[in-house]
Order: sequence, then structure tokens, then C-alpha cells
Amino acid sequence: MVTVAAKILRPVIRHGKSGQAAHTAWPPAVVWIPAVLVVIAVLLPVFYLVLRSLGAGGEIWELLFRVRTLQILGRTVGLVVAVTAVSLVLTLPLAWLTTRTDLPLRQMWAILTPLPLVIPSYVAGFTIVSALGPRGMLQQLLSGPFGLERLPEIYGFPGALLAITMVSYPYLLVALQTSLRGIDPCMEEASRSLGHGPWATFRRVTLPQLRPAIAAGSLLVGLYTLRDFGAVSLLRYETFTWAIYLQYQTSFDRMVAAGLSLVLVALAIVILIAEARTRGRARYHRSAAGVKHSPILVHLGKWRWPALIFCSFVVLLTLVLPMSLLVFWATRGIASGESLGLAWAPVFNSAYVSALAAIIIAIAALPIAILAVRHSGTASRLMERATYIGFALPGIVIALALVFFAANYATPIYQTLGVLLFAYLILFLPQAVGSTQSSLLQVNPRTEEAARSLGRTSWQAILTITLPLARPGILAGAALVFLTTMKELPATLLLSPTGFKTLATLVWSATSEAFFAQAAVPALLLVLISSIPMAFIVFRERGNAI
Amino acid sequence: MPKRFLALVGLLVTLAIVGGACAPAAPTPAPSPAPAAPSATTQTLTVYSGRSEALVKPIIDQFSKATGVKVNVRYAGTSEMAATILEEGKNSPADVFFAQDPGGIGAVVNMLAPLPESITSKVLPQFRPADSRWVGISGRARVLAYNTAKLQESDLPDDIWDLTDPKWKGRIGWAPTNASFQAMVTAMRKLWGEDKTRQWLAGIQANSAKVYSNNTAQVDAVSKGEIDVAMPNHYYLYSFLRDKGNSFPVRNYYVRGGGPGAVILVAGAGILETSQNKETAQKFLEFLLSPTGQQYFASQTFEYPVVPGIITHPLLKPLPEIKSPEISMADMADLKGTLSLLRESGIVP
Repeated sequence: MVTVAAKILRPVIRHGKSGQAAHTAWPPAVVWIPAVLVVIAVLLPVFYLVLRSLGAGGEIWELLFRVRTLQILGRTVGLVVAVTAVSLVLTLPLAWLTTRTDLPLRQMWAILTPLPLVIPSYVAGFTIVSALGPRGMLQQLLSGPFGLERLPEIYGFPGALLAITMVSYPYLLVALQTSLRGIDPCMEEASRSLGHGPWATFRRVTLPQLRPAIAAGSLLVGLYTLRDFGAVSLLRYETFTWAIYLQYQTSFDRMVAAGLSLVLVALAIVILIAEARTRGRARYHRSAAGVKHSPILVHLGKWRWPALIFCSFVVLLTLVLPMSLLVFWATRGIASGESLGLAWAPVFNSAYVSALAAIIIAIAALPIAILAVRHSGTASRLMERATYIGFALPGIVIALALVFFAANYATPIYQTLGVLLFAYLILFLPQAVGSTQSSLLQVNPRTEEAARSLGRTSWQAILTITLPLARPGILAGAALVFLTTMKELPATLLLSPTGFKTLATLVWSATSEAFFAQAAVPALLLVLISSIPMAFIVFRERGNAI
Repeated sequence: MPKRFLALVGLLVTLAIVGGACAPAAPTPAPSPAPAAPSATTQTLTVYSGRSEALVKPIIDQFSKATGVKVNVRYAGTSEMAATILEEGKNSPADVFFAQDPGGIGAVVNMLAPLPESITSKVLPQFRPADSRWVGISGRARVLAYNTAKLQESDLPDDIWDLTDPKWKGRIGWAPTNASFQAMVTAMRKLWGEDKTRQWLAGIQANSAKVYSNNTAQVDAVSKGEIDVAMPNHYYLYSFLRDKGNSFPVRNYYVRGGGPGAVILVAGAGILETSQNKETAQKFLEFLLSPTGQQYFASQTFEYPVVPGIITHPLLKPLPEIKSPEISMADMADLKGTLSLLRESGIVP
């Protein structure tokens, strides 16, 4: 099976120009040139970090090789593993329920469950503290009937785990949902007709096909955990990212911060290698002729009640709770006469810059995903892996790297939207690459070969065959980028044009002065606007399914 | 279906382009020091502010109104701003850096131009460094914030040293990553010496002080009874009082015995060496130090004026009544020693 798959996944055979043997066919220039450019661009921050840490003296080694650094490393790895594991356990049933069953209000759950992605992680942190912290909501609830005076300590690992899982599990969920919608149900039906039960079918047919989505989604969850700052600082769990921020905050020491960031890069590379190992080289598209049809929804029967409770619980904890906290702050502030001072410009700016980022990044992800899927080889795999490194670095590091390059080597465009969008590209590209790739894997390369053999150029084949077929993944990737750009803060603060305000910067400036109402209203708007592309994707999928 | 997809992409691109054309805040490149028409009718000034917009925008607007100078302000955290200026190097578009704390402005001191006597002489000597590269603009006092339901002012110690007493175990909080806290530790090292400071840090840790990420979180925790006493700056209390009314159960206590626990810290501003608008920048600093500017900080942000002859807010303890220690700005700038002490004690990573 694997060897067959490998054969089929081998590069499209071309003769002529390269004059090489068929097995090492060269990908079309329209694919590899942009891919190389994009990869060079996203590796700029790593170059910057090396430059900076070379500027440091011997002090940096002392700092890096302390017991404390090892402790931070251990804590960081522990959190990455735990967040990824909890997310996986949470999202597998959630994704299946929202795509393949007759769960009541399935479409609504499908829209609601990925939405926590738009909640900024410091809001999630605040939510956890207010709900589960000392004198928080839960404790006050329990102190009446049970006289409970103290809850188990939420600060530290448990709080950080909860808060980060809350805002990052949607990466995995979106990947799984997209993949489940794309899997050809014929295989599952064949399995059922050969006498396998639903559980065995899921385990032996569906789950293996979900492998790329699980890998890609877990990768994003794990790398996001590496980079998160808001939640870990609020819940006082010391990770590498927090240590890096502290270097900037307390000692203004860019060299040591760069050294620590390089350790983070190394950690990200380890995770990337681990993920690549689990991915394997199987084939995920349908091979036979015939028309793909929509899956028949599984009847949950009496199981629909536990399923409903499960979905409600997740949505309640990850979406309703933070939203209610925001609404509470907003109404309390308004009641006490705090002016909201909300203008339209930040709302427009947020939506506009996020939409631009979504389009640009979705396009930039294409050549890399096509290379990785259709021209699988060491070089293309390395290139695809390299795009993930920027995603694992704290926003402040990326922002300062671009401040350095743009202010000194591209002065005319410094502090323009162009540089800001470039920062978003570095930060968010892998979100689009991952989901585009998952969709591409489900497209049979023979359809493209057929187009080529009928006289289309490689450019035309990509435009008329590949892109439309990989559409769900491309759109899901763009939506993810949109959502995360909406809430991005450090790069937006440091690189945007002077006076360019977004909802996220409004939330930041209000929270830094403890104006909770002024923070809550833009945060609510942020969530509402972000839910538009999410709803769009879900409804479009439904349109296709009918 | 592909048609619909392409139509969607088309729509988004059109939206983006149209949006770009009429975006109110998607301007052409940053107003770098006027290349074409130098200082014609409208002068511009670029200020990097580590102080938040809510605190300083009103007074900057007043400056624009009074002088006709257009001020472009970029806001971010003081440390992010300092790092940005360092990365920009000689290409920094900034004319003025307005920092929240001396550490932030000290980080870029080599990039600042010396200020003229006409500016520095306005400021009380304890609020400016000897090298005159920047000046304090407003001051805030270190205090202990206590929960009024659990404690009275008389219960609180004469000296911050006494918080190491075991009777405070589990009742105190701090924000050791906060720049103002670290400035206080710097003051301790200068006044007490390294050993006593180390013992104080160990004593506070032994009393299992709760760690908070910033001053706001500390004061909030006191109000909720999570801790009884916090170590913030004085003015955080007033935004809570404004937000939640006088029933907010927290008040400030100025350590009556003086010492490092009663140190006064400043927010400072300086002019960049690379600025092409030094004259306008000087006008800006002069305005902040004028009676109008100082009165603004005294009455609107509840801070202490740094210029003699300005009345402090009636809610605040007047400056002469605070037994703040004498300590030079040069001594206060020794952040490196403080950090290695904090690292050594395992308090910051």
C-alpha cells in the first residue's frame, strides 16, 4: 500500500527542459520561484536572531546554560505536550459530531465550536482567573452550599493549560472538520459493507485518513503554545516566551532575548521533525473514477443527549464564559458612566487589514503547499517545514526583526501597511499552508495530469483544476489567518502606520489603564466580526453538501 | 462552483482595493522628517510614547492647539518602544521618546541629545539625571496598598523591611517584573547594600508573596481580599476609585519611616540625537514642564509635578510630607545589578 502510494505521489513526470531522469522532475517555475521567495522572507527573523546573539558576549552562554533555563525548557515542553493532548481528546469527537452526525443544531455547533480562536489569549486568561481563581465565580458559588473556602490553585500549570487549550484547540478542530468533510465516504461505506462496525470503521478507515489533519492541527496547537504570552503571564506559568518578554521588559537586553529565542527556534524544529515523522507518506485522495458524494450522516439515537451536553459544555466554557465576562465588564462600565469613545476607524482598520492579510497569505501559501504535496522531496519538505518557524516565535521577536530590517534597509516603506502585512505573513503563513496542504492531499494528481495532457500549461492547470478542488482548505486557511490577524497585538503596535488603530490595540490600551468597559466593547466587536468568515465557511460547506 | 469561488476572490480583492483607496488610516509612508518642504507652515513632531494614550493624549492635543505643531504619536509599552528605538538606530523617525520609567529611557540614553539648560533648570534636581540627556516629566510614589476591611493604616509597618516579618506570611503580593518595583529594589541596593536587599527579597519570598504581572492586578487582588497588602505605585488606586467608586476597599499607605519603600520615581522624556526637529522637540518638552503641562499631570493623572510651585491633587499626600530617600538618577539607572540580584534569587528568569 505504502509503496503504491509513494509511486502515485511521485512528481508529475516531465520531459524536456531539465533533461533529467523522470523520477527527479523539476517542479514548474511558477511554483518553485514564489515558494523560494516566500521561504526566504519568513526566515528573515531567524537571520536577525543569529545576528543579534552574535553581538552578545560570553554572558549569553552563562544565561542559557543555567539550571533555570532547563527548568523553563521542561515547563514549556510539558505545557506543549499537555495542551496538544487535551486538544486532541477534545476535538476528535467534536469534529466528528459536527460534520458526520445528525446532532441537533449541527450547523450551529459547527460555527460556534471553532470561534474561541478569535478570543485574545489574555481575555482567556482573565476568564480563567475570574471563574476559577481565588474568590472567583466558582468559589463563590460553592462557598454558599458547601462552605468551600479554597479551590485548588489555578495559577501555574493548570490555569495555563486551560487558558491556552481554550484559544488554540480550534486550530486542530478546523483542520479535522475540513478533512472530515473532504474524505470520500465510499471507503467508509465499503468498510461497513465488509462487515466492520461503525467503531472499527472509524478506527481503521477514517482515523488513518485523518492523520495529515491531526498532524497539521496538533502542530499549530503545539507551536502556538510555544509562542503564547498573554495567558502564561496572567496565570504565572513561566515558559520560554515569557522569559523572552521579560528580557525585553526588564533588562532591555536584546542579545539575551535573541539567544533565548534561538532556543525556542530549536525547540520548534524538534517539534517539526517529530510531526513530520508521524505524517507518513500515505495517499489520501480517491483514485477510482466515479462521483464523490456526501457522507450519510450517522444517526446518534439516544446518544444525541450526551453529545449535546458535551458540545454545550465546550461552548459554554470556551465561548460563553469569556463573552459573558466581556459583556459584564461592558455593562458595568457603561452603568458607571464610563465613556466608550469607540470610533469606526479601528473597526474598519481591523477588518480591512485582516482581510488583506488573509488574501495575501492564502496566495503565498499555495506554491509551498503545492510543492510539498505534488513534488515531495527533501527540498520541498524542508521549505514547507521552514514556514512554521515564524509561527513558534513570540510576536515581539518578529516585530523587532522587521523594525530592524525595514528601518535600516527599506526606510521608505517602514511604518507602512506593507511591512505590517509582511509581519503577518511570517506569523501566520503556516496556518494557511497546513490547511491548503490537507485539502491538496485529497485531490487526485491525475486530474491535473489529465489537464496537462489536454494541452493546459502548468499555470493553467493549477488555476483551473488544482485551486478549485483544493478550495475548502484554501478558504479555511484564509479564515484562520483572518481570525488571528484580528487579535494580533505586538507586531500591530510596533509596525503599523502611525495613528493606525485596530480593535486589538484599543483593547490593549484600555486594559493597560484598567478601563475595563473600554476594553470590553472592542473585544466583543472583535469576536463578532471574526465570526463572519467562520459562518461563511460553514454555510458554504452546507451548500456543497446538499 | 469554481465560478463562485473566483467571484468571491474577486469580491474580496475589490473590497481590499476600494478599502485601500478610502481607508482613513491607511496613510502613505510615515511622516519622516519633511524631505520636500522643510519647516514651511505646519511643523510636525514624531513622539514615541511608552505612556498610554489615555494618560498623555489630552496634553499632547493641547500642545498642538497652542503651537500649531502636528504631533504624530506612536503608542506601545515603554520597553517595546525602547527596543524599537534601539533597532531603528540612526534611522529612527522619532524626535521625542516619552517613557513610563527611568529604566526605559536609560536603555536608549546613548541615542539621546543633551538638553539645554533652559529645559533642565526647570526640573527639581532629584528628578533629572546629571548628564542632562533627559528630564523627569511627572512623578509617582511607591506605596503599600492595603485592604481597608482587614487593616488600618496603623497596622502597617514603619519600614518596608518589616514586611519580612512572619506575621505577613501569605498576606502580601508583589509584581517583581514591573519596572517600578525593580527601581525600588535598585533604591534598596543603594540605601541598604546588596546583602540586606538580598535578605529582604528572601524574606518576602519566605512569606510566600503572591506574584502578579503588574500593578493593576496587584491592587485588584487587594480589593478582592486575595492578599491584604500590595506594593504598587500610588496612582493605580485612583483609576479604580474612578471606575468603582469610593467604596473600593483599598487605600494607599506612604511608608512612614521613609527609606526605599518611599522612593519617588519619574516618567521621563528625551530628544533623539538623530532628530531633525530638535527645536520643535524642545518646545514640546518645555510645554510638558510648563505650569499648564504640570498642572495637567497633577490634576488629571494624579501624579506628582516635578517642577516647583505646582499644587498636587488634594487626594494625594503632598510631596514634602513623603519621607522619600535622597538618591541620584545615576544610581537609579543601575538596573543591571538589580536584575542579576533578582535572577540570582530566582525571582525573575
